[in-house]
Amino acid sequence: MIRVNKTMLLFCSFILTIPATMALAIEAKSGYEYIEPETRATQDDDFTNPGLFAVDRGQRLFNNKQNSANKACADCHSEDGTKLDTKNIARYPVYSEDSAEIITLQKKISRCRNNNAGDKALPADHPDLIDLETFVRNLAIGEVVNVQTDGAMTKLIKQGKALYNTRYGLIDMSCSHCHDMYVGRMIRGQKISQGQGNGFPTYRLEPEEITSLHQRIQQCMTSMRAEPFETDSNEIKLMGLYIMSRSNGLKIEAPAVRY
Amino acid sequence: MKIFFLILAILSFSPARASDTQQVMDEQPDAYCHWQVTDYAIVEPLCGLVGKAQRGREIVSDSSRGNCLACHEFPIPDIEAYGNIGPPLTGIASRLPTTMIRLRVVDTRKINPMSIMPGFYRDPLLINRPGKGYRGRTFLTAQQVEDVIAYLATLK
Ligand code: HEC
Ligand code: HEC
Ligand code: HEC
Repeated sequence: MIRVNKTMLLFCSFILTIPATMALAIEAKSGYEYIEPETRATQDDDFTNPGLFAVDRGQRLFNNKQNSANKACADCHSEDGTKLDTKNIARYPVYSEDSAEIITLQKKISRCRNNNAGDKALPADHPDLIDLETFVRNLAIGEVVNVQTDGAMTKLIKQGKALYNTRYGLIDMSCSHCHDMYVGRMIRGQKISQGQGNGFPTYRLEPEEITSLHQRIQQCMTSMRAEPFETDSNEIKLMGLYIMSRSNGLKIEAPAVRY
Repeated sequence: MKIFFLILAILSFSPARASDTQQVMDEQPDAYCHWQVTDYAIVEPLCGLVGKAQRGREIVSDSSRGNCLACHEFPIPDIEAYGNIGPPLTGIASRLPTTMIRLRVVDTRKINPMSIMPGFYRDPLLINRPGKGYRGRTFLTAQQVEDVIAYLATLK
């Protein structure tokens, strides 16, 4: 009995120390490093990466003038979007001092579309908005994720981290259990990655769809037999922000290909 | 060949297939039976039920139910790959009395709060954001837990 408890205690302190040291010592690695070589090849080849269909659809929407202002995004940002500053694209989500909130790239696009192009703002994760996001984010491919971590963001990232470390659902685990403590282990034939955000929007081979970061968070929650955070909720924005801050320094891969 | 890496799903009980969920939702959850911890053990069987070892053996290998194999090695032949996240359970009954095994299956976090092993019979009110169709439910039913314990008790 005493032996058992000593082992338990040892095991306990072992597990307790992992997350703390990992947070300091482990460098960020893209999900790309954990996928099968064939999946990498699919992502790297412009002819086979199915995510590029979303880029094309996004570019078409970008050039569409069918709205009350008869203006396309392209009128202000050029046909191929090259007038957008890719260094800025790599900073999303950003903090808006004016509205005191987190602005995701989707929200920025939706607002720009509403304010400047005279089109109705689109709700978060609307298929058209994900396509536009994929097009815009793809412009910044190779650029390094550079999310603000100081100022007002410090507190918000901390809140996101707390959500990330909370247990959910019937499996009663936190995101950190898998994506910090069991990175590199296999689960259902997939190697667990650090759950980074640099590849989003990502094309998922199952369910064969372009997927936003927030949708991926919801999918992981569903597989935990948990009730996922609602689309555009405060929680999902905080969690998304925390994930993107973990991805600082990683190259943007949008659209990445993942299982 | 002994496999030291976790090749199996750690938790392949997670894919909530539509059909599973449907089935779960159609049935009313059993009333939850409270249990008590004394000296790192739960003495009374859950809801006073009697377990069947043969059924328990099936449950430990079933990925949509116990999925214990994903983390533990068992003396069950023809299993391709066991997980090694938890200790092997071969010989568990000579190491732990049944009452202590019960606590480990029911809610091992009473012993190790940081454990990755899910609690298979915790008060549903303690579950944070259970998914639709899983509300008011435990991971395994009381009968399944007792079956698993009856099986583990044979692993001398
Ligand atoms: C009438 C001109 C105009 C139109 C049309 C327009 N924008 Fe903009 N957009 C701007 C200006 C000006 C800014 C910079 C000021 C700001 O951040 O709002 C901007 C900023 C942006 C940014 C943020 C870039 C950064 O540096 O942070 C994105 C992304 C963007 N627009 C995308 C779009 C998309 C997608 C559309 C079409 C749905 C669109 N815009 C339509 C003028 C326009
Ligand atoms: C039981 C283990 C497990 C838990 C718990 C878990 N995930 Fe995942 N997650 C996975 C697996 C497996 C994948 C697919 C392989 C990979 O990319 O890691 C994945 C993928 C991801 C990805 C995509 C990574 C990429 O490169 O495309 C993100 C983002 C993510 N998870 C976020 C979360 C969040 C947020 C939570 C908590 C709400 C969470 N995960 C909880 C197992 C888990
Ligand atoms: C996600 C991995 C995981 C799953 C699934 C899992 N366990 Fe465990 N189990 C562990 C770990 C890790 C330990 C070691 C102690 C701890 O960390 O709590 C453990 C410890 C135990 C112990 C105590 C062993 C000892 O030698 O003291 C028993 C008994 C046990 N598990 C039974 C089960 C049964 C039965 C199931 C399926 C119904 C199961 N476990 C499912 C990870 C798991």
